[in-house]
Amino acid sequence: MALELKNLYDDFRDAKTIKAYAKIIQEDAKKLPLPINIMEVCGGHTHTIMKYGILQLLPKNIKFVHGPGCPVCIMPKERIDHAYALAMQEDVILVTLGDMIKVPGSNGSLQDARSKGADVRFVYSPMDCMKIAKENPHAKIIFFAIGFETTTPMTAALLDVVIKKDIKNIFFHINHVTVPEAMAALLSDDECKINAFLGPSHVSVISGSKIYEEFPRDFNKPVVVSGFEPVDVMQSISMIVKQFVENRCELEVEYKRAVNRDGNLNAQRLNDKYFEQVENFRWRGLGDIPKSGLKLKAEYDIYNAEVIYDAILPKEPIDDHKLCICGDILKGKANPPECSIFGTACKPTSPIGSCMVSSEGACAAYYKYGNLI
Amino acid sequence: MNKTISLACGNGGEENNELISKVFYKAFKNDILEKGEDAAIIHNGELAFSTDSFTVSPLFFAGADIGKLAVCGTCNDLAMMGAKPKYLTCSVIIEEGFVTADLERIVASMKQELEINGAVVVSGDTKVVPRGSVDKIFINTTGIGEVLKSGISANAITNEDVILVNRDIGCHGATIFAAREGMEMSSSLKSDCASLFPQVKALIDGGVEITALRDATRGGVSAVLNEWSKQSNICIEVEEEKIPVSDEVKGICEMLGFEATALANEGTFVLAIKKDHAELACRILKEFNPHAEIIANVTSRHVGKVVLNSSWGTSRFLEMPNGELLPRIC
Repeated sequence: MALELKNLYDDFRDAKTIKAYAKIIQEDAKKLPLPINIMEVCGGHTHTIMKYGILQLLPKNIKFVHGPGCPVCIMPKERIDHAYALAMQEDVILVTLGDMIKVPGSNGSLQDARSKGADVRFVYSPMDCMKIAKENPHAKIIFFAIGFETTTPMTAALLDVVIKKDIKNIFFHINHVTVPEAMAALLSDDECKINAFLGPSHVSVISGSKIYEEFPRDFNKPVVVSGFEPVDVMQSISMIVKQFVENRCELEVEYKRAVNRDGNLNAQRLNDKYFEQVENFRWRGLGDIPKSGLKLKAEYDIYNAEVIYDAILPKEPIDDHKLCICGDILKGKANPPECSIFGTACKPTSPIGSCMVSSEGACAAYYKYGNLI
Repeated sequence: MNKTISLACGNGGEENNELISKVFYKAFKNDILEKGEDAAIIHNGELAFSTDSFTVSPLFFAGADIGKLAVCGTCNDLAMMGAKPKYLTCSVIIEEGFVTADLERIVASMKQELEINGAVVVSGDTKVVPRGSVDKIFINTTGIGEVLKSGISANAITNEDVILVNRDIGCHGATIFAAREGMEMSSSLKSDCASLFPQVKALIDGGVEITALRDATRGGVSAVLNEWSKQSNICIEVEEEKIPVSDEVKGICEMLGFEATALANEGTFVLAIKKDHAELACRILKEFNPHAEIIANVTSRHVGKVVLNSSWGTSRFLEMPNGELLPRIC
């Protein structure tokens, strides 16, 4: 029998299986001496948890804290301003991934820039830049690259083609960030309440499960690398609870259909060829995290929009809105409904804080699905 | 309102409604307009009156083209008020350089669709503008219909009604996205674009007690249900697994990160029918499409909201679509 697309998700949303896991978790959770706080690092997991009502199936002593794994949410305002400034250049076509469209910077969002005449394009694949560059030979195409390990190789692959085909009008503004450094930074906070992690699995498809080995080993926090369907998440929660019941602390992989220890070595080689770690990347809400971002190596400066447009790019860090508690939410210290402007001044149609901007953000997910529970 | 109009203001969802109420309703305010129905009921309740403009890229797509769309769109708005489409106007704005053969093809499919509705174009206008002033061709149609069944209204739904859809949802939106993104799918996916009057007539002739009808165009089924929950002050509780969605549409939604309920349709409508007539209505609709289904109950659980119940016992709100339809990124 040929594999159909629906085979990739139908069984993973099966009601009987979800209910069966709910029962197992309920039973096992009775044996827990203390409540456990699980952080789902990735915004994709936040989305699954809220969309499928996972929290409604869990006992009271299992709680979730929503992590910083939404690439749009953690982007500091000054870098959003970079995108805006680049887009407003006369001969520039700014290309980026869809979620960036609504993010408000100091002057407005890219959507606002576009309605003021800027040429901003949203693509599914960075490779679409090739077509745009060919159709607009006199324009400068700047790819504003965002995302975690998952999207980094796509940017590297585009640069690889640009160099090999000697394309003269495609440039890069790199905002790629990495997961393990952010997880470690969260754990170093004294107020951190996280007992275990649901590990982002698409990140591990690229980087392997090995990137999380330090967490059980050095921080005594179990990690289960989980898929994104509701059955995946329920199974992963069950695996975490069992570790606590059986007094284990390990790295386990639930998403075995796509993740192994080493990951995609070709993608890693491509990343290593073009990118290197930055000294510090400033995360919105979390502040500077050492070595948590990537930049183009100096030998590729002629493709680096941050170097080429240095003169027009704002440098000053910009603080978040005073009433916004996105920082605490990203650290797992607060839940969205605890924010005084949640759902009132700050809504998906007029976001103030970063977590409301992207559909992957914790506030947007709560606003969209979550106020029943 | 924002200082400039963004694309999201035309999404059929929240921002769109804000634009309409804060700019147009404010200026044009009158009793007929404020009813917010698909078509205005005028002339002592005898006539239905509606208008729609059409701009779509690509102009020709699997299952239809802008011409068929332009006739279906306006005729369907009339049909949703229980009216038989009779007279249409047709205005076109054409970009300089447009291929004549394409225009003829578009007009031919308009003619074909008019025949299905038993309607005629009785007035029109043509403008040609310099290259770049419009995207190839924009079409506006306005229509007048004769009300066959009066009293149909989005403001009259109660706990005595159930909610149905006439077919599987989201095909038009999924087809357009697949075409725009150049996704070549080996599938039978095509737009649902169709005239709905024959189905409405069959329901009326069959003696079905109709409370409300609305075609689920921009904003999809989700927008219709949300509008109804507010207009009629009710809670609509949808059984998620009852919503008919084809494998092809589900697949596109998975790949691009959409929800089928937010995708546009051009030949799909939502019905509020008195409980004891629901089976009859469903039977009549199934003669046109086997996927017609009762999908929701009307309750008082969360008035003004749409609740989606999963088959594993959890609930969530189904919100009005907002923003531009965007894919998730990773």
